[in-house]
Amino acid sequence: MADAAASSRVFPATIDEYPRIVDFVGEKAAAAGVPQKRLPHLRLAVEEAVVNICHYAYHAQSGKIEVRIEHAGGEFSVRLADNGVPFDPLTAAVPDITLSISERQSGGLGIFLIRRMMDDVHYERRAEQNILTLVLRTDT
Amino acid sequence: MQPDPVYTVVPVTGRLDTATTTAFEKQCVKLISEGISHIVLDLTGLQYISSSGLRSILVVAKKLQANDGALALCNPGGIVQEVISISGFDNIFPVYDNLEALATHSAGE
Repeated sequence: MADAAASSRVFPATIDEYPRIVDFVGEKAAAAGVPQKRLPHLRLAVEEAVVNICHYAYHAQSGKIEVRIEHAGGEFSVRLADNGVPFDPLTAAVPDITLSISERQSGGLGIFLIRRMMDDVHYERRAEQNILTLVLRTDT
Repeated sequence: MQPDPVYTVVPVTGRLDTATTTAFEKQCVKLISEGISHIVLDLTGLQYISSSGLRSILVVAKKLQANDGALALCNPGGIVQEVISISGFDNIFPVYDNLEALATHSAGE
């Protein structure tokens, strides 16, 4: 039976820091046996999520992001918790990808990519924290 | 018959993400200010693109279009190709496998 594995680390929520968070998640994912072809998807989703947190939850002020990784039951999940203002990225309007160049807006692309790259995405607001969880299924 | 436009080739290599889009946009805006109206982004060496990168491509495209110009993309691969496809950018920009299909010159010629 596979062990449930978890690890967590706290990072400063600054734009400069996102590469370290992405690398942390990437290394844990590779070690957990997440398929090679999903690793770029995961790294991109984590970058998008972290950049959103820095901009919208912390408005570029200082703050922290707790990154908790779990691998159990065929799911590899990345849980990002911050203490910023309430920010639910899943409420962003879905970009209309059929619009022409002049009509296309640039908003909502980050969360759009997160949803397309991950198998599941959850958000909850609990105890003054935004908690965003990205999930990859590893047993398919 | 109108001649085909000549595209200026802008190679985009490495990553186009939050950290690198400012320099990329500046480079393109400078070309536009010099009168360039058609740009092809050579994505052969681009390993990674995020939503920031997509946004900056859109900004450049809108500026070119405002001057009756156009943006084209060339040879995206790997996750770059996936992101371009998922975001519908391959519907609004022509995507070429290589530069042979276009009349081009390099920036600075």
